[in-house]
Amino acid sequence: MTMPARSGGRRVLVTGLSSYWGGRLAQALERDPGVEVIVGVSQDDPTCELTRTEYVRVGTQHALLARIVQAADIDTVIDTRLVVDSIAAPPKAAHENNVIGTMNVLAACGGPDSPVRKFVFKSSAHYYGCERDDPAYFTEAMRRPHPPRTPIEKDIVEAERAVEAFARRNPDVTVTVLRFANGLGPDLRTSHSALLSLPVVPSILGFDPRYQFIHEDDITGALEHAAAHDLPGVYNAAGDGVLVLSEVASLLGKPLAPLLPPWGTGVATAALRRVGVRIPPELLQQLRYGRALDNRRLKAAGYALRATTRETVQAFAEHLRTRDLRGAPGDGYRYEREVEEFLRWSPAVRSTGDDRLGLGRLSRDQLAELARALDSLEARPARLAPRGRESTLRTGSPSSSGGAADSELAADP
Amino acid sequence: MTTTTRPALPPATLSDDLRDHLPAIEPERTVSDWGRSERVEGLVDRTLYDFLYHYWFRCEVEGIENVPSTGGALLVSNHAGALPPDASMIAKAIQEEHPRPRKLHLTVEHFFKGCPFLSMFVSKIGGVPAHPANVHRLLHDEQQLVLVFPEGAKATEKLYKDRYKLRRFGRGGFVEAAMRARVPIVPIAVVGAEEAMPTFAHVGLLKRLTGLIYFPITPLFPHLGLLGAAYLPAKFKLRFLEPVPTDRMGERAWEDTGLVQEVAGDIRARIQDELVDMVGRRRSVWFG
Repeated sequence: MTMPARSGGRRVLVTGLSSYWGGRLAQALERDPGVEVIVGVSQDDPTCELTRTEYVRVGTQHALLARIVQAADIDTVIDTRLVVDSIAAPPKAAHENNVIGTMNVLAACGGPDSPVRKFVFKSSAHYYGCERDDPAYFTEAMRRPHPPRTPIEKDIVEAERAVEAFARRNPDVTVTVLRFANGLGPDLRTSHSALLSLPVVPSILGFDPRYQFIHEDDITGALEHAAAHDLPGVYNAAGDGVLVLSEVASLLGKPLAPLLPPWGTGVATAALRRVGVRIPPELLQQLRYGRALDNRRLKAAGYALRATTRETVQAFAEHLRTRDLRGAPGDGYRYEREVEEFLRWSPAVRSTGDDRLGLGRLSRDQLAELARALDSLEARPARLAPRGRESTLRTGSPSSSGGAADSELAADP
Repeated sequence: MTTTTRPALPPATLSDDLRDHLPAIEPERTVSDWGRSERVEGLVDRTLYDFLYHYWFRCEVEGIENVPSTGGALLVSNHAGALPPDASMIAKAIQEEHPRPRKLHLTVEHFFKGCPFLSMFVSKIGGVPAHPANVHRLLHDEQQLVLVFPEGAKATEKLYKDRYKLRRFGRGGFVEAAMRARVPIVPIAVVGAEEAMPTFAHVGLLKRLTGLIYFPITPLFPHLGLLGAAYLPAKFKLRFLEPVPTDRMGERAWEDTGLVQEVAGDIRARIQDELVDMVGRRRSVWFG
């Protein structure tokens, strides 16, 4: 059984599917008819509802990833897996994921026979660090003036170095690196959203740093834009406008509380941790010196930002005011493999109306061929249950997407 | 956008003009993207600058028309005083005397960004760290007025006996910045700041202990404590000189280090000449 002539849509692999950005990006890609196949990999289950993304639970072992990439003929890899906030993972795990993981993902995408033509890497403005003698706006061509101070920053610099080497070794792969400013939004959980959710906005006495945020929708938007267009090189992604922290506090309607002294800040941070306020090391420098990115290159590349920094903070303030009424985000969804498999593959599921596989684009002959393939399948015994767990590795292969098409036809004759 | 030969990461430098993509101004805000606060600036202006400009230093201004009404320009001045008052008086002079008052951005040492309280205050009243990228963005992209003191800290730490003797003009970085941004340089000569807070000596040990750039002995400091921040009422004279255009010096003039040094030297000599002239005409330090 072979899938009839392919419509030429993109075949995308998203790493870090369980992360907020990975999940949101997969959702966005699902709506794009130009994307034919979406395979998501991560170590943990997805945290948001996905309809046609095929989830494979796998870490960053490069042999396994390489097999998925080869088998599913992936042409675009979007690597959203980088841990850029030490709230997200303990330092050891973060290092493992950021440095070793990036190496493995790159190894799985490289090589002479690799089908990958595009690699999008989600990085962070922590690449630049925050120092006293920083420029007011970092452009992509700038390098950090001092060596990185915190584990997360070290990891990011090292990971980007690996991506840069990959780009040099694979000149026919379009490599995009997006350096995101601090993300903020109703559903995004970061160190900053935790700090700004406190009754007061903590600050360092005597400092009012410049701050720039990017809205969570713009994070996925920029990743999607990079996936859809050819943008070789590095791009800063940040909202327009730079606020000072006192402005952020007033937009949130909270007092600015200088909880940290300008000297002995580290000791005070440790004391604050005891009472439950966790300020990670990479934020301390930012609370002191602030940071802003020059986002004009991304805008020149055709991406229209949906929110300015100010609008982002306002949206976050609105979320804080109404979150008790709405309940925590993501409450309604839990990944259950059996349910997902049933929804995807069972002939009993009626189509939800959206033409997920683009069958509408198939010609009459192709449809006829599909129907014939379906007839031959019906002779076979039920193909769902016995395949069990090892099927996950194969779900991205062309034969199983043919199977999905079949069930779609069967459900909706 | 794809070409067959693509540079590896990172991309080529930002040579293309990105001025169209500058962020729009948000009228609801009172703080600029550089951290400049209208409220704080207005407050300081009403309480302090107004008083100093009109009554304490009784500033006299010549040649204000040499400050362009539109487009970027780099203002270059001599610098003096342990807590130099010249920057704020130049900014105030443009506000008061210019037919089209414009905001002036003062470049300040990175030291201030690391200094608690001062870091907040300096950026709120229009101070911008003296990073070449900051100066270029202000001059070229945002077409603003920027004031630099090429002598830097060498001028503010010089002793009273060396007054009105210009120090070395850095490495000519300001000329390079103006050439890259293709904006004119407006030299300014200021008389009075040397006597407003003269430094008689430096205490090296206290400088190290306090972490300051220098620890000066002035007429009022340190024996009067905080009162030492007060200025003596010297008479101020500011002379804005004929602008030096930099856009007709060739395509990549800033790469010609000889030319850069030459222009820097010329500007330094012009300011020095004016200072000699102004000090020569002055009959009294306090009454002008």
